[in-house]
Amino acid sequence: MNAANYLYVSALLFTIGAVGVVVRRNAIVVFMCIELMLNAANLSFVTFSRINGDLNGQVMAFFTMVVAACEVVVGLAIIVTIYRSRRSASVDDASLLKR
Amino acid sequence: MQLALQVGQTAQPEAILFWVLAPLAVLAALGMLLVKKAVHSAILMAFVMIVLAIFYIAQDAVFLGIVQVVVYTGAVMMLFLFILMLVGVDSSDSLTETIRGLRPIAITAAIGFGGLLVSLLGRATIGRNAVGLSAANADGNVQALAQLLFSTYVWPFEVVSALLITAALGAMVLAHHHNTQVRQTQRQLSINRFRGDSLGSAAGLPGPGVYARHNAVDVPALLPDGTPAPTSVNASLEARGDMLDYKKFDLAEVNTQV
Repeated sequence: MNAANYLYVSALLFTIGAVGVVVRRNAIVVFMCIELMLNAANLSFVTFSRINGDLNGQVMAFFTMVVAACEVVVGLAIIVTIYRSRRSASVDDASLLKR
Repeated sequence: MQLALQVGQTAQPEAILFWVLAPLAVLAALGMLLVKKAVHSAILMAFVMIVLAIFYIAQDAVFLGIVQVVVYTGAVMMLFLFILMLVGVDSSDSLTETIRGLRPIAITAAIGFGGLLVSLLGRATIGRNAVGLSAANADGNVQALAQLLFSTYVWPFEVVSALLITAALGAMVLAHHHNTQVRQTQRQLSINRFRGDSLGSAAGLPGPGVYARHNAVDVPALLPDGTPAPTSVNASLEARGDMLDYKKFDLAEVNTQV
């Protein structure tokens, strides 16, 4: 098997995540799709690290994981705050500036 | 010409692992988009995360694979499920389009984008042979990563720690809830009970089911004068509509003939 196949999987997962962010309305699902995109990028990092025989890619993936964890913590806190004031986790309901 | 991405052939067991797990991961990711309930999305997401962890370990990134399991399927997914429980497990997405034509446009753009990425990868060359990590991991993957992390990347590492602390503080500030009115003390509550309209609840509210014909939490108590007390049933049971109709326990309505 070709090691580049991992890169194809990574590209597919990233694309699926991107569609999810655009199409889904539930803020939590949108968040999970963002996580999916970050994970797809991580898979690319790890695969390139293996192809190049260089551990820098793995260190980058490690940093990405830390940033993703921070992002989840803050993002979910924002979702909880919005839910508390509007009783809804739908991204369409948070359109106060439009009206 | 050397097609660089053609090299780096992997052993047969890894190929089997890949061809079994990769389609499952892509299907689970697609399912994430298609299922209606957010909880099902979360479970499919956890599956994708575990498959990615297996891929990392198969690609000589043992440390990252373990971290993936601990951080993602452990901490992050737990956080997601926690918030889902807070927001309501049943909160299913309405899958109707709110912006007209969004879905076809999104899918077309995605096919274009994905096709671009895949065709790009198919033509890419690095210009040299794939190396593999056996040399870099000679002293062990964790040791080699630690060597990099605490020498070349020590400054980013410290910055990331600051980021983690800031995120934790930010989450605490965001989730902090201000009381809009002053919370009543026990003394104030007691005074209110005696200064109220009636002394009926001065000794506290009756428990559910007391002296009624049933002894259950959804049955209102009967007061000494035979009238039922709807306040004796928990307010959340009442809100859910699980309280039995208190009128049928009124002694005046009950046929006491033997």
